[in-house]
Amino acid sequence: MSLVVQNLRTLLNTTAGAVRAVDGIDFELRKGECFALVGESGSGKSMTALSLMRLLPEAGRIASGRVALDGIDLLALPEAAMRAVRGRRVAMVFQEPSTALNPVLTVGRQIVEVIERHTKTSKSPAREKAIELLRAVGIQDAERRFEEYPFQLSGGLKQRAMIAAALAVDPEVLIADEPTTALDVTIQAQILELLARLQAERGMALLLITHDLGIVAKMAHRIAVMYAGEIVELAERDAFLRAPQHPYSQKLFAALPTPQRRARELAVIRGQVPALTKKFDYCRFADRCDYVFDRCRVEAPRLLEPAPGHFARCHLRERGVAPPRSATGGAGEGAVRQEGSAGVVLEAKNLKVHFPIRKGIFRRTVGYVRAVDGVSLELREGRTLALVGESGSGKTTAGKAILQLIPPTEGSVRFQSEELTRLSRRELRPRRGAMQIVFQDPYASLNPRLRVAEILLEGMRSLGVGASDAERTERLRQLLAEVGLPADSLERYPHEFSGGQRQRIAIARALAVNPKLIVCDEPTSALDVSVQAQILNLLRALQERLGIAYLFITHNIAVVDYLAHEVAVMYQGKIVERGKVDEVLRHPQHPYTKQLLAAVPTID
Amino acid sequence: MLAYVVRRVLYAIPILVGVNLITFALFFVVNTPDDMARMHLGAKRVTPEAIEKWKQERGYEKPLVYNAIEPGVRKFTETIFFEKSLKLFAFDFGRAEDQRDIAHEIRTRMGPSLALAIPVFLVGLAVNITFALLMAFFRATYLDFWGVVLCVAMMSISTLFYIIGGQYLASKILHLVPISGYAGGVDAAKFVILPVLIGVVSGIGSGSRWYRTIFLEEMGRDYVRTARAKGLAESVVLFRHVLKNAMIPILTGSVVVIPLLFMGSLLAESFFGIPGLGSYTIDAIQAQDFAVVRSMVFVGSVLYIVGLLLTDLSYTLVDPRIRLE
Amino acid sequence: MTPVVLATDALLWLLVAAVVVYALYCRRRPHLAAPWKRVFQSKAALVSAVVLGCYLVIGLADSLHYRSAGSVEVQSLLDRMLSVLRQKGEKTYSAPLGTRLYAKEQIETPDGKHVRDYPRLRHGGTHLEDERQRATDILVRGAAGLAAAAVLWALLYFASRSLARRYPYVPWRAAWMTAAVILALAGPIASLAPHYHVLGTNQVGQDVLYLALKSIRTSLAIGTLTTLVLLPLGIALGVMAGYFKGWIDDAIQYLYTTLNSIPGVLLIAAAVLMMQVVIDRHPEWFPTAAQRADFRLLVLCAILGLTSWTGLARLLRGETLKLSQLEYIQAAHAFGVSDARVLGRHILPNVAHIVIIAMVMDFSGLVLAEAVLSYVGVGVDPATTSFGTMINSARLEMGREPIVWWSLAAAFAFMFVLVLAANLLADAVRDGFDPRVSVGGALAV
Repeated sequence: MSLVVQNLRTLLNTTAGAVRAVDGIDFELRKGECFALVGESGSGKSMTALSLMRLLPEAGRIASGRVALDGIDLLALPEAAMRAVRGRRVAMVFQEPSTALNPVLTVGRQIVEVIERHTKTSKSPAREKAIELLRAVGIQDAERRFEEYPFQLSGGLKQRAMIAAALAVDPEVLIADEPTTALDVTIQAQILELLARLQAERGMALLLITHDLGIVAKMAHRIAVMYAGEIVELAERDAFLRAPQHPYSQKLFAALPTPQRRARELAVIRGQVPALTKKFDYCRFADRCDYVFDRCRVEAPRLLEPAPGHFARCHLRERGVAPPRSATGGAGEGAVRQEGSAGVVLEAKNLKVHFPIRKGIFRRTVGYVRAVDGVSLELREGRTLALVGESGSGKTTAGKAILQLIPPTEGSVRFQSEELTRLSRRELRPRRGAMQIVFQDPYASLNPRLRVAEILLEGMRSLGVGASDAERTERLRQLLAEVGLPADSLERYPHEFSGGQRQRIAIARALAVNPKLIVCDEPTSALDVSVQAQILNLLRALQERLGIAYLFITHNIAVVDYLAHEVAVMYQGKIVERGKVDEVLRHPQHPYTKQLLAAVPTID
Repeated sequence: MLAYVVRRVLYAIPILVGVNLITFALFFVVNTPDDMARMHLGAKRVTPEAIEKWKQERGYEKPLVYNAIEPGVRKFTETIFFEKSLKLFAFDFGRAEDQRDIAHEIRTRMGPSLALAIPVFLVGLAVNITFALLMAFFRATYLDFWGVVLCVAMMSISTLFYIIGGQYLASKILHLVPISGYAGGVDAAKFVILPVLIGVVSGIGSGSRWYRTIFLEEMGRDYVRTARAKGLAESVVLFRHVLKNAMIPILTGSVVVIPLLFMGSLLAESFFGIPGLGSYTIDAIQAQDFAVVRSMVFVGSVLYIVGLLLTDLSYTLVDPRIRLE
Repeated sequence: MTPVVLATDALLWLLVAAVVVYALYCRRRPHLAAPWKRVFQSKAALVSAVVLGCYLVIGLADSLHYRSAGSVEVQSLLDRMLSVLRQKGEKTYSAPLGTRLYAKEQIETPDGKHVRDYPRLRHGGTHLEDERQRATDILVRGAAGLAAAAVLWALLYFASRSLARRYPYVPWRAAWMTAAVILALAGPIASLAPHYHVLGTNQVGQDVLYLALKSIRTSLAIGTLTTLVLLPLGIALGVMAGYFKGWIDDAIQYLYTTLNSIPGVLLIAAAVLMMQVVIDRHPEWFPTAAQRADFRLLVLCAILGLTSWTGLARLLRGETLKLSQLEYIQAAHAFGVSDARVLGRHILPNVAHIVIIAMVMDFSGLVLAEAVLSYVGVGVDPATTSFGTMINSARLEMGREPIVWWSLAAAFAFMFVLVLAANLLADAVRDGFDPRVSVGGALAV
């Protein structure tokens, strides 16, 4: 079996014109290997997968190319013949298991229909086979699960059921499009393990699409890096991890937050991905590359082979192989973090947030969801406390309860030596300036109908920062410079900015009222690695300069390790472990912490 | 589940009370019985005695909500509010202007109304779903485009035109069926077929366009892509996956009108001379027979609330997410 | 001549002013103008807009009322423009472009004999010496009208060319084509109307074309003034229920479930009947018949608004519930911003598109509803000309021998074109404003 992709081009019609989502890529997928397609959002990796299956959205079409499965060009097949290939020879697993399964059909039905479609199996053997598959993907109590509907399964189980359906008739190729991105890290580890095991057992080819270099390091045999619709680097895993050859790949590694880089700036990639509506006759990474030279702007680089089996699309590689990457490599050296003790700015004791469960005829409260169930923590001036946990652990609720955005059920929150839980809304208002929040989703956190100036002024006006609008506007210019946005941003609307820039606006909005504490609620988890690095650098620099304390809510251990001083691990509404970052992450005591840390895929 | 149903039933009570209060306010507070008597009698015959007689005949001579001269509980029962509004809860509707018992009238007129409304409902549902499926199957082709254009055009035509035009076409030119009238039993079919046809046709535009939107929305979901990735044929995707999901909003949206079928159709019944509740209502409105209008408002509300209850129940039947919670 | 401002006139012109202000406001804000730009990139929207524009001009001309000196009768500008149609009543029915009455009468021939025949009309085609010239005369006059229309169209075309250069994304060809079609119809009609009853006359001899044109204002008033009641109620209650939740939400939901549970037509009928009693009880409120009819129209709009805000409220409640979970609202709370400001700055601007879509979509439904209600007898005042009253008074005409089709045909045709244009525009507005359309498909890489 082999799957050969040649010169594949896929166009997407948008209001801005035809976007070259996939712009001439070549690769080969061999029997029994895991081939990873890596890239940031918009690189065209998912479009590549959908093009192979010929399942593009209605706005998309394949412009040219060849996808040969054992010599048969899939792109030339009539639709009916292609349907016989889908699911039978090439199967696919999608990112979001909660929407990818049909909500009104049982799990079993959705597996059986694949068997029925592609083999002449009658009903009861098909059922047997499906239950066997459910067992094979590690679902316990398979008979019962067979009869259940997707909503009765957890996210991890749903993804296992998806995999079972995909593998129902032993396909030769499995395409997995970000199969674990929607899952928690401990579940992710299980699913990845399952995929690796099944692939080895069945000798199928696995095309793994991901943005996570950690997953790549764990799973892939060979790797292709995509950037702006093109493959810019293609290599064996070990060679790639040791010495990435394309400046873009090198930057991706350098932008990763690691403990070694603590207190230093992370490498960032300047600028943005170019618009893909035009044709490129030069290097599409040129504008963002540190090594750019004249030739890059006039000639598109070919895919060179600086080392055997290691390809890179960069003029520089004519001069030979790039040296191995260093583990610590970062842009500048920062001051070593002081460990001196500062005053306590925030102290929460036995904080509880319970949501009532109402049932019965009169909606009586029959119990409580203990979202936050006795959280105590302490944060000192100018320091960062990371609140780590998986989805549903209650970490976001805890953060909002601390800011009194959700009324706590019980417990105390002392901020700057003042008890907040007893204050009324009116009494809280003058204290709100000192405690601010930055949210996860840069798209939902800015009102699309307001100009940036109005967004930034809102808090200042409400809290009486600055005597007049003129004074405030002056302050706004200062703020923009501080968060690294151009001065003309004030008159523009949020939709004119990229995700990273929006997150800077959100940070500026919080800074505008001179806070002493900022609750950062997963501020980088919706961002690409290179943009995440920019935001982390900014947060770190602001803390050094202004002495702001961060309560940093996240699920990303690497970010914790890079940024935080202390860490509290949350599980089911409670803090199970708390301490200095080095102690907790290097020598975890609680079994949950151990499990969590073991599940994080790492590169080195 | 049972608690849920009981809860919904209990919720209906305050709503019915609200309806009752609204109708009471509308019929007896906005205008006093005296005003109504004056209007009914006409300017020439208005004398205090005539007004008093008119009120007495209809039981409107009592005070509105509190009867000071009666003893005990009768202070509250000997009032218009009790006699005319509260008694509605017991389905005691009183008498119409022509002295007939309204409750009896409603019972006898339900049959003809249903004979017309049920076929319109069922055939309409089937036709609309079929058209919508066709348009969804051929989405983004000329068939779909012109289908939608036709739907919009059909939506833009007044129901009155469908009725008047249909009646003219079928009975005057083609001489196929009687132009109006009604007979019980099997003979009803002869009289009902034309209004049913007209009812179905006049609903196609908005109905199938709405269902098409539902289908297309479902077809954009992730599970459809998954189904296609399994190699399923487009027709299987449409019937097994999309239809099953789309039926949830379609069915639950239709269930709410099922009880209201009893009320009949105002226009069709009056044009085709079908002695159902629709024409009864229209006649009452035109004759300004307030007792009948008031009763129909109440009956309609009860039926609507029953419809809401059925909707909730139907959710629990068709949607496993709610059934198994 | 003294101007008379009827209540509906004032409100209609107020609405026009509001729309103009809104348009000027949008012009300077690209994010507000963008969806409208998308709307008018659609050919269907532009064609509908041109058609609706014509209806609007007629409706507004009919909303400038005055009273001539020494007369009690209130007239509108449109009446004045159409005085040639208005004053030329016949005895009863006459067919479109006809010269003779529908019913036979005893007539005296020039030689003094009495015969029973169809008499010549009092006004239609009286200029013809010989009725056999009728076809030629109609052709000649029609052609003249067409020629005038062509000249007018050419003027229009050259006048709008500079506009077309300024807004190149608008499909102007479609607009010019529509204008051509409208002018090709209007030209001949205008040149024939002074001499014939182009659409015939009704039972009492009124010119049907005149009635159809007069009906436009009623439809526009119902379709737009209703929103004056509907919008404040729907927006305020819907947004409050979604934002404050808790008992406020419970109370508002109870209110709209209760109102919803009363069958719409019955609630409207009951309310209209009751208002009719009130109107009859207070003849002193209305010095003229025109004012009484106008008041009844206004009351009908108010009743329609009061009974139909529930749909919008429910939509807005849902959207507000979604919005109030969004992070920018929470950010505003983190600044201690007051509820009023959160509602005004964050919620309302972000549900405005739903309000606009609902308003446009409701229009056609209301126009259709007017016809049905007037037919049932709970619509506008019988003295008010509307499509509903036209249909109501003509409902038995299909049964006559020979059939009298023109009144019904005219009412239905005028109404169909209006509703169709409104529906098409509503579709385009929904497509242009619904963010799902602009996001979906674009860059889901």
